[in-house]
Amino acid sequence: MQRWIPAILRRAAPAASGYGGAARLFASSSLLFDDTQEQFKESVHKFAQEAIAPHAGAIDASNHFPKGVNLWRLMGDFNLHGLTAPEEYGGMGLGYMYHCIAMEEISRASGSVGLSYGAHSNLCINQLVRHGNPEQKQNGEHVGALAMSEPNSGSDVVSMKCKAEKVDGGYVINGNKMWCTNGPSAQTLVVYAKTDLAAGSKGITAFIIEKGMPGYRTTPFSSLGMTEPECISLFNFLIMLLMDFLYDYRFSTAQKLDKLGMRGSDTCELVFENCFVPHENVLGEEGKGVYVMMSGLDLERLVLAAGPIGLMQACLDAVLPYVRQREQFGRPIGEFQFIQGKMADMYTSLQSSRSFVYSVARDCDNGKVDRKDCAGVILFAAERATQVALQCLGGNGYINEYPTGRLLRDAKLFEIGAGTSEIRRMIIGRELFKED
Amino acid sequence: MKILVAVKRVVDYAVKVRVKPDRTGVETANVKMSMNPFCEIAVEEALRLREAGAAAEVVAATIGPAQSADTLRTALAMGADRAVHVLHDPDPARPLLPLAVAKILRAVALQEKPGLVILGKQAIDDDCNQTGQMLAGLLQWPQGTFASKVLLDKEKQKATVEREVDGGIETICLKLPAVITTDLRLNQPRYATLPNIMKAKSKVIKKVTPEDLNVDIRSDMEVIEVTEPPKRKAGVILSSVDELLDKLKNEARVL
Repeated sequence: MQRWIPAILRRAAPAASGYGGAARLFASSSLLFDDTQEQFKESVHKFAQEAIAPHAGAIDASNHFPKGVNLWRLMGDFNLHGLTAPEEYGGMGLGYMYHCIAMEEISRASGSVGLSYGAHSNLCINQLVRHGNPEQKQNGEHVGALAMSEPNSGSDVVSMKCKAEKVDGGYVINGNKMWCTNGPSAQTLVVYAKTDLAAGSKGITAFIIEKGMPGYRTTPFSSLGMTEPECISLFNFLIMLLMDFLYDYRFSTAQKLDKLGMRGSDTCELVFENCFVPHENVLGEEGKGVYVMMSGLDLERLVLAAGPIGLMQACLDAVLPYVRQREQFGRPIGEFQFIQGKMADMYTSLQSSRSFVYSVARDCDNGKVDRKDCAGVILFAAERATQVALQCLGGNGYINEYPTGRLLRDAKLFEIGAGTSEIRRMIIGRELFKED
Repeated sequence: MKILVAVKRVVDYAVKVRVKPDRTGVETANVKMSMNPFCEIAVEEALRLREAGAAAEVVAATIGPAQSADTLRTALAMGADRAVHVLHDPDPARPLLPLAVAKILRAVALQEKPGLVILGKQAIDDDCNQTGQMLAGLLQWPQGTFASKVLLDKEKQKATVEREVDGGIETICLKLPAVITTDLRLNQPRYATLPNIMKAKSKVIKKVTPEDLNVDIRSDMEVIEVTEPPKRKAGVILSSVDELLDKLKNEARVL
């Protein structure tokens, strides 16, 4: 695929952008990546900086992806979706090292795009790859999402109340899902619902929901920033009419959420009203959804942990040229010890988090998925990222023309999503306690 | 038909270049290096010609130390079929100048026998803008420099090249084999996507030395010193034309 900015504009861009010319932090990562991974990182970096970074500020300000540019398609053309999907389904058949590299570089360009990308490629696609049967894996060019948490079931996700009642041919789902990243724009969702409310965690089943399935249409509820109704095939339309007669059922997305950070990464509430899901759309086995969910969470945490790494790198990209150029007391502020101390802390936080994330990624690629390490990397990286982002705010950083405010707001999400820091600590502590 | 593309590993365009304290050259240790932007355009053009069916194979070549293999790998990851690496360790006091480069590329071209050699118009480190022209001269092949458009006619073995010249666009017709150097607006180079990066790992890079090619690269030029240009001083507001004349004559000494 072609690049967007010709060389002469790229030369001019460093002066024009707020990042400055030599904005590449030459951080030594020689032991972390092999040659191919370095090349891939370099390539994704170029792509992200040219195709995604210019839109980052606008995405944040307007709270949606840019209208004129199809970022999902661009990322798809770059083979970024389905990095971990097997080659026979059109994926790259690569491991979590590559997935984390892609996540890092995209987050470095824009936290919101990174989060949406992570949700799509890991939460949805990866789950389908790991648990789907061959028919389910024939996934097309759809944006994916994961629906697990509910308005009343956040950290206590197993207490979810969304019900899936067995009916002829499948299940009927009723309930609400909250904080669903990519919800408004997703065509394919992995949804967890209780097939057996009394059985607690053993009553959860995972389903694949698709827009365009008999029964989907936008409803009066879908007001703020809603999706365009999908073009439903005639057959589906007829089925829908028929089903309408028999059931009054809908799956709709409601209220796109207005968030502190990660703005533009569409998040919303999902409403299921007698939504029919056929048998073939069960992911894994009935009642075994909790395994799909929990093991998915481990890898989700790993891949998302690369997000704060990208954000920390973006902080350094912004801060280093600034401290070289901003002068006070007759000298560039980068010459003052307190500033140097801050930069040193930022740098070491980044490098240590990065080493942790990628070594755990390598372990996962080798088949050793350790629950406490996966929780550990995102716990560590997210908290460091929030600190690093705080440190790079100065007087000018407080102004929204600079990216630093957005970086701080975006970084904060990683302490909350995919299990709050508190939950992560509990998981790690519990695992350590169990191990004898 | 084969296309030979010569690429150069240079200091990355975004880096703020600094002179070494001992003034023997520019600081390159721990500095980001990448493929010369005009060379990227050259590789892209060669790939497009191959994809249009005008050529069968694209061979990338570079001259430099072991690390230059990275640049070749980038070319391979963009889509080149194989590469030739002429190993040469740079000596800051006697850098490899365009004439020597042209001689080496001539030897490579005589071995590879391409129908077209494409180079970037100049490298962003020395800005010489000589190698392509010298290469054409040494090979006695026609040249189309500063190309902003290239059309290849395989049957007639001709290349129509639009060149950006001071007066506008000049269109010339070259009989193949020929040398073309690329200018900025010729194309926009593609990204090296991951599938191609993976494929590039199995592509061949042939290593040779200038001695293997029987090329004498001894340089008659020696670099004595490299210094920064004088720091730009603030301007001065003058009060009269006489004062201007006086300054031009006595201070700037240009009159």
